Amino acid sequence: MTDTVTSTPTPAPTPPPTKSRPGGSRLAGVLRLREFPVALALIVLVLVTYAANPLFLSPQGTKDLLLNATIMIILGVGQALVIITRNVDLSVGSILGLVAFGTGSLFANVPGIPIIAVFAIGLAFGAILGAINGLLVTLARVPALVITLGTLYIYRGLNNAWAGGTQYFADDRPDAFGALSVDTILGFPLITLLAVLVVVVVAIVMAGTRSGRDLYAIGSDPDAAKLFGIPVGRRVFIAFAVNGVLAGLAGVLYASRFNSVGATTGTGLELDVVAAAVVGGVAIFGGSGSVVGAAIGALLLTTITSALTALRVDKFWQQAIVGVLILAAIIIDRVASIRTARRLRLSEARDV
Amino acid sequence: MELFRTRTGRGTRTRRIATIAATAATIALIATGCAAGGGSESGGGSGTEGDQTITFIPKQLNNPYTDVVLGGGEEGAEAAGFASSAVVGPLDASASSQVSFINAETQAGTNVIVIAANDPDAVCSALEEARTGGAKIVAFDSDTNPDCRDVFISQVVAKEVALIQVELISEQIGGAGEIAILSATANATNQNEWIKFMEEELASNPDYADIELVAKVYGDDDDTKSFQEAQGLMQAYPNLKGIISPTTVGIAATARYLSTSEYKGQVALTGLGLPNEMRPFVKDGTVTEFALWDPAQLGYVAAFAGKALADGDLTGEVGETFEAGDLGEREIGEGGIVIVGPPTVFNAENIDDYDF
Repeated sequence: MTDTVTSTPTPAPTPPPTKSRPGGSRLAGVLRLREFPVALALIVLVLVTYAANPLFLSPQGTKDLLLNATIMIILGVGQALVIITRNVDLSVGSILGLVAFGTGSLFANVPGIPIIAVFAIGLAFGAILGAINGLLVTLARVPALVITLGTLYIYRGLNNAWAGGTQYFADDRPDAFGALSVDTILGFPLITLLAVLVVVVVAIVMAGTRSGRDLYAIGSDPDAAKLFGIPVGRRVFIAFAVNGVLAGLAGVLYASRFNSVGATTGTGLELDVVAAAVVGGVAIFGGSGSVVGAAIGALLLTTITSALTALRVDKFWQQAIVGVLILAAIIIDRVASIRTARRLRLSEARDV
Repeated sequence: MELFRTRTGRGTRTRRIATIAATAATIALIATGCAAGGGSESGGGSGTEGDQTITFIPKQLNNPYTDVVLGGGEEGAEAAGFASSAVVGPLDASASSQVSFINAETQAGTNVIVIAANDPDAVCSALEEARTGGAKIVAFDSDTNPDCRDVFISQVVAKEVALIQVELISEQIGGAGEIAILSATANATNQNEWIKFMEEELASNPDYADIELVAKVYGDDDDTKSFQEAQGLMQAYPNLKGIISPTTVGIAATARYLSTSEYKGQVALTGLGLPNEMRPFVKDGTVTEFALWDPAQLGYVAAFAGKALADGDLTGEVGETFEAGDLGEREIGEGGIVIVGPPTVFNAENIDDYDF
């Protein structure tokens, strides 16, 4: 599941730095994967917490862990797509809020609306909001950091104007909709299975299709990508639109899981999402990392919160630990790129 | 400057136009967004009789509880005879976010500022400035430091609201076992006062000798955070029998978690909640009983207190009285505190009689 970056030989101009050296053993290849440190950290964290408090992995405990991570995983996958192209989308929390409130108002104002229709409308709504980001970023040639900071406030402002003090509660929504985040198959909540499906599909597209590989090329060197004939603007636009769709999906699921949706739903999520992607090995300068890594990063960050509460550790430490993880991820990334550069220099020297 | 920038292959002219258009659109939308969130009306005016202005600064806009309070406040302001009333405030309940709104009111020359403090001291210097400029300060819902306001309109006697919650949880868990408190922010004045009274009562009242308060956690009045805190409590304290959540957001989030988990019916939950928000959880058996006062009366009384202060009929001394419209006469008690009314207990039988 962690071989999405390394497995497919493609004509991408700049292969990700994790590409296995010929002759390197399979184990060494696994150890060099960008997802390896974060996956290891997750496993250690879960085992240590479980040893200290066995309730942590009780059926209810496991279900809570997975549910907590679900929305963050979906957002993390979308954010990874955008960051890989050397952009960033800070407006995802606001998109989630708008779609979640839209979901609540649909159920409240259109009695008997089919759940599938609500999903479709939510995804479309997210797509539009993401596409606006994409258009502004590709047309205006202003860094995405600034553009999406603007849309963060715009979307939140719209949400405030639209919602006012209105909130929609879980009992406005059909029981079957709420049950999506309660019912389980083999211990996995339904919405978590949906998130896993999203990760798998996006990972396959990123690793196995031309357009997926193009995103890495764009993030590695936008100018080279353009010279190479990659439609940079179109690809980046699509990345933002897909991120919008996923944020929309997360918004609908938020309404399924939580009691109330209103003007402030999803406030401040964006930084957690970026943190999840970075911790999961997605380089903030673009060009490397994987959506699987981002998903594991999201799982790690949400699990830390639960683990620290289960261990009765002060909340303050939670934020500090997340900070340490982000720095660790960046240092690991830096070390990896220096090693890759040295390896490339050596092999080129040999070839001369 | 390469970071987060994407190149496109268009002409410079088109790009420049697009840049300008996008920037303008962004600015315009931000401006409208902020205006929509920032407040509805600017209260200006001189201090002459009949031309007085009142501004409410709640902890946070777009909070359903706050909306009910403010609804009562605007009704009270009209009934008390203010020329205009306005509501301004931050969209997040953080300590410092109210200061700039207070400053703006000072500059506008508002006669009465009614505030629910997110932090008792953070707003103080700004309020002092407003008073120097002639404004009267009424604190409501959550008190400021007593030195920086004229009167405080309290929901109920703080002790009474704390005791009723302890009483409810004791009934629901059969008078013995571990309980926890899920509060709002760690520095909210009203929350901490209630919690202090709860702790004292649990320690001193022999009826509660078998009840042990094992944890106090803070959900920051955020749905998601409160939700996770509730989960954490269940895991960290497997013998937990009950939770008190003296905040409307916290109790609703906890109720949602309990009702969707295996703990439904196993762990009791009470606290302060809005009937409209809690109705499904009372009906499905997650929650037996919870309490609250009528939030609208809080704003209503605050408006009348502000009017009496502005007219000079009231100075904030203990023992003074003022007329609060339909609610009759109110007296200023110890510490400049005005009490609105006793809390109501909601359960399956009476919850349908209330709509807020």
